Amino acid sequence: MALSSVLIANRGEIACRIIRSAKAQGLRAIAVYSDADTDAPHVGLADEAVRIGPGPVGESYLRSDVIIEAALTTSAEAIHPGYGFLSENASFARAVEEAGLVFVGPSPAAIEAMGNKAEAKRLMIAAGVPCVPGYEGEDQSDATLAEKARDIGFPVMVKAAAGGGGRGMRLVSNASGIADAISLARSEAENAFVSGELIIEKAIVEPRHVEIQVFADAHGNVIHLGERDCSVQRRHQKVVEEAPCPIMTPELRARMGQAAVDAARAVDYRGAGTVEFLLEASGAFYFLEMNTRLQVEHPVTELVTGLDLVALQFAVAGGAPLPFSQEDVTLKGHAIEARLYAEDPANGYLPDTGRIDLWHPASGPGIRVDAGVSTGQEVSPYYDAMLAKIIAYGETRDVARARLIRAVEDSVLLGVKTNSAFLRDVLMHPDFADGAATTAILDQAYPDGFQEAEITRAELALAAAILGRGDQLAAFSTSAYVSSNQLGWTSVPMKPADVTLVAGGVEHVVSLLCQGEIWQVGFGEGEAVLPVRIVLVDDVNIRALVGGQTIDAVVHLDGDRVSLGIKARRLVVSRARAGGEGSGAGAGGNVIAPMPGLVLEVGVSAGAQVAKGDALAILEAMKMQHQLRAPFDGKVLAVHISKGSQIAAGDVMIELEEES
Amino acid sequence: MTFTSQIIPESPDFAQNREAMLACVDALRALEARPVMLSEKRRERMHARGQLTPRERLAQLLDPGMPFLQLHSMAGYLCDTDDPETSVPGSSVILGIGFVAGTRALIWVDDAGIKAGAMGARSVDAVLSAQELALRQKLPVVHLVESAGADLMQYKVENWAFGGKTFHNLARLSAAGIPTIAVLHGPSTAGGAYMPGMSDYVIGVKKNGLAALAGAALVHAATGEKANDRELGGSEMHATTSGLVEYLAEDDAHAIEMARQVMRDLHWNKSLPPDPRQAFDEPVLNPETLAGTVPVNYRTPYDVHEVAARIVDGSRLNDFKPGYGAATVCMKGAINGIAVGLIGNNGPIDPDGATKAAQFIQLCGASDTPLIFLSNTTGFMVGTQYEQAGMIKHGSKMIQAVSNVDVPRITLYIGASFGAGNYGMSGFPYDPDFLFAWPNAMTGVMGGEQAAGTMEMVARATAKRQGREVDEDRLAQQSKALTELFDRQHTAFYTSGRCLDHGIIDPRDTRKVLGFCLETCLEARRRSVKPNSFGVSRF
Repeated sequence: MALSSVLIANRGEIACRIIRSAKAQGLRAIAVYSDADTDAPHVGLADEAVRIGPGPVGESYLRSDVIIEAALTTSAEAIHPGYGFLSENASFARAVEEAGLVFVGPSPAAIEAMGNKAEAKRLMIAAGVPCVPGYEGEDQSDATLAEKARDIGFPVMVKAAAGGGGRGMRLVSNASGIADAISLARSEAENAFVSGELIIEKAIVEPRHVEIQVFADAHGNVIHLGERDCSVQRRHQKVVEEAPCPIMTPELRARMGQAAVDAARAVDYRGAGTVEFLLEASGAFYFLEMNTRLQVEHPVTELVTGLDLVALQFAVAGGAPLPFSQEDVTLKGHAIEARLYAEDPANGYLPDTGRIDLWHPASGPGIRVDAGVSTGQEVSPYYDAMLAKIIAYGETRDVARARLIRAVEDSVLLGVKTNSAFLRDVLMHPDFADGAATTAILDQAYPDGFQEAEITRAELALAAAILGRGDQLAAFSTSAYVSSNQLGWTSVPMKPADVTLVAGGVEHVVSLLCQGEIWQVGFGEGEAVLPVRIVLVDDVNIRALVGGQTIDAVVHLDGDRVSLGIKARRLVVSRARAGGEGSGAGAGGNVIAPMPGLVLEVGVSAGAQVAKGDALAILEAMKMQHQLRAPFDGKVLAVHISKGSQIAAGDVMIELEEES
Repeated sequence: MTFTSQIIPESPDFAQNREAMLACVDALRALEARPVMLSEKRRERMHARGQLTPRERLAQLLDPGMPFLQLHSMAGYLCDTDDPETSVPGSSVILGIGFVAGTRALIWVDDAGIKAGAMGARSVDAVLSAQELALRQKLPVVHLVESAGADLMQYKVENWAFGGKTFHNLARLSAAGIPTIAVLHGPSTAGGAYMPGMSDYVIGVKKNGLAALAGAALVHAATGEKANDRELGGSEMHATTSGLVEYLAEDDAHAIEMARQVMRDLHWNKSLPPDPRQAFDEPVLNPETLAGTVPVNYRTPYDVHEVAARIVDGSRLNDFKPGYGAATVCMKGAINGIAVGLIGNNGPIDPDGATKAAQFIQLCGASDTPLIFLSNTTGFMVGTQYEQAGMIKHGSKMIQAVSNVDVPRITLYIGASFGAGNYGMSGFPYDPDFLFAWPNAMTGVMGGEQAAGTMEMVARATAKRQGREVDEDRLAQQSKALTELFDRQHTAFYTSGRCLDHGIIDPRDTRKVLGFCLETCLEARRRSVKPNSFGVSRF
């Protein structure tokens, strides 16, 4: 019987994506949320929402009991797990079924079978699916594992049998590294997956990552929906995915598709699943693993097949047979997806958190953005740093790629660091443009990591002008009885004001002068002066003439801080003001008794070096203990107090000399 | 009612007028640049002391991109020396009206780059004028102080006497409920110590800020005490011991941020009612073409409507009694959406013109309409016919109306402004709210030639009465000397040097200046302040 309601046990873009299809199919959609997600978009999008606990995933999105309880309370018929979290947790799937609910996904047994890499591989070998030569035996002693590695021949991969997502995975290029790799992989596996079981596989050098989307119903029908090429990965995490694979042939697709279907049948699969393969340049392919859930990158398949995979999941979960056969599946055009992460690619992909000052997704023909964020939302440290997926479709790969570059530029997220510039750079890379990317592309293209170009003078000038204009408009709105035709006018030529800007931790001093509608930004004596004219403004978009150059930018101005999106570049420029930290009246370097009292403790002696904020002495007065701290970094010149001395207000207690 | 111009911008006359006017503007800008360049020579030394230059301080103080109207930029020109080539205008002060944290304020910056900020030839006149303006227009005052005080080498007793009025005015401002903020960037000693002393808020810069009744040298001379300047009056001492300084700043830039914060904290505009104005349009005739429209020589007549139409919204003018006393032109129009009455001259003021103007001024007073005077008159009409028609009586009415009308008056010297005609047209002694001159303007009791001619006629009549021959050589010499005496004092640069206006402006800025001044007056008149009897004291 067709489902009429579903609880989505997930958050972010995938929760939003599932809710949209659920509502489109007439299902009541119920969201769950943690305290960190109270105002998250998936909550607003759902018909109902249930709080499931505090921010940390262990107390919310991984709490299967609370989630099932939420489904029962809201009379949901089914639970869609999305990806990640509980999506490949067999005991969760079992608990869902035991609670009398429908689990939108495969059977617990299938999840279990594919969840254990060693067992899965044994099953696949039995089913005739090509596998990477390797060892997945029960003898897990270090010696046996090392010996098997030598038998297979280096390079080899050491992997956690229960692993996924790149954790507990180690590449070993020669015999000397094997012992360390086994011990490290084992401890990682034990920490991450409880089980320390390892498998050894032949490392396939510079393969492509090509995966087949399969779909199965409860009536024995299993089909595949073609492949996705996900070779662009960093640290085994996908960054860019596309369909079809640029080097796919109908013959190879048929073979790989059949292998995937065989794999699914081997575990009596139901619903949407993905069989991942490594594809060698020779055309040889090897089973990698099967993901028993909806994949992050499913939209590229949707765009080339014209299907709604989530809707299909609901149909199959409701017991319906697949509404079409393998022959009906046709692939048309090309789709590419890029994942927008809140991270700093130039700094080891370090995730960033904070408030999203502005989210402005791209739109237009062939553009799809699946996002789970909104302006004003906090990116918390609890969850995955992937904020949105930007997907472009085109009749040809070139069209799709060109559209995607544009869409990455136009999807502007300000407030936290993102990988926009990195994505654009990858999409522009000649190997990717040629469709020649393998899983080695990022290491080859960025051997020292991705480095973004430094801020240009034109960008600094634009930032200075926007900050100046912000000050101008703030003053204008505070002022009374000033006509706008007075702005930028002075009766005599004026000297520009020096402004200190900070971008990427580097200070730049520029001069700023408003002349009518032009902001003149100077870069020091004898250096260029760039005139900036902001000619078109709506809430967030500006077009500016900087020198002779036209710059389109998305802008978020917050007092003395401006965030800019210029093409794929995301810049933050702040104005540093004198006395920014604030300083009260004090008498130079002398620490003066704020009131009469008794000295309880003296922490320094003459000649000592002190850092700003160091405790110097404790004074007891009016029943309170007052900590006297160093107002700056410096040296103690003299100490005029000792423990137990009674002092009067205004007495000089300690003399300091500021370090210059 | 949109005025139809008869001016042909492509004509040779226009080109010639424009070239001559722009030459006058160039002369103005060149004179204004003199103190800037002189002060700039001290930049390195001030930077080495960790200081900003006075103009750098000004730039940091003002809101970027907000308007600024400088006042008395010519103060002291031809007062320090008779040599027009070397005289430095400005008198070591930078005065103007600008915006600090969105607040319209009177800005007063000591130009410490020139003679260490010591008072110049006309500093006192300029500062007193600016303070009176602040009081009248209810403008908070921000003074960036760094002054060596009186220039002892140029000591004049009247500067000491009138200079004292600076502090008197600070007391009046405080009592009127108008805040005063002083930033001690450098020394402010002797009488100057009352500058921070009398200001409501004082910000002192560490290491450089100094306020003392007598510096170490004078103390030693007076009492024999070997004192130290910092202990006598350093900002640090005043912030902790004497209580003269409210806020202690690390350096100049920090002090200016603090001054901006003090201003911000006042919420000075909180009591102002909303701006009553409707949207308005710019003139159809570009104000830029004022250079070219007007002949620089006042002897060449032109229609003052051409000037007014390049100032008012939409170039729309409504003539008042155009057929009566036609040479005295009274018009209604609007500037930046503020309805104004404009009075201009197309010739001498005759009895009909005087009565028309007097009536017009009274009507504007009755309807609370600000008045703009476009002063270009060689005076009230003379001759038997006019005397018998009651020129004195009628002219008196005009002068009386101008003196007593209680609406804002803004005067522009746009050509000649001679004799009592200057008074009738709201000249400097009639205390207009604002008075600016174009650089081609001439003012005085009469033209040099008329003065020389008058005296020549007197000499000839005397000779004839005494029955002696006229010494033609001597008479020619006397006429030449007299013409020079008058003509030298006529020019806008000379009179502005003596602070007989608020400054000289580029004619092309006329609408901007008038808009600024009208908005300043409007703001002042709609602002309620909280006066008190004694001013706010520091305890």
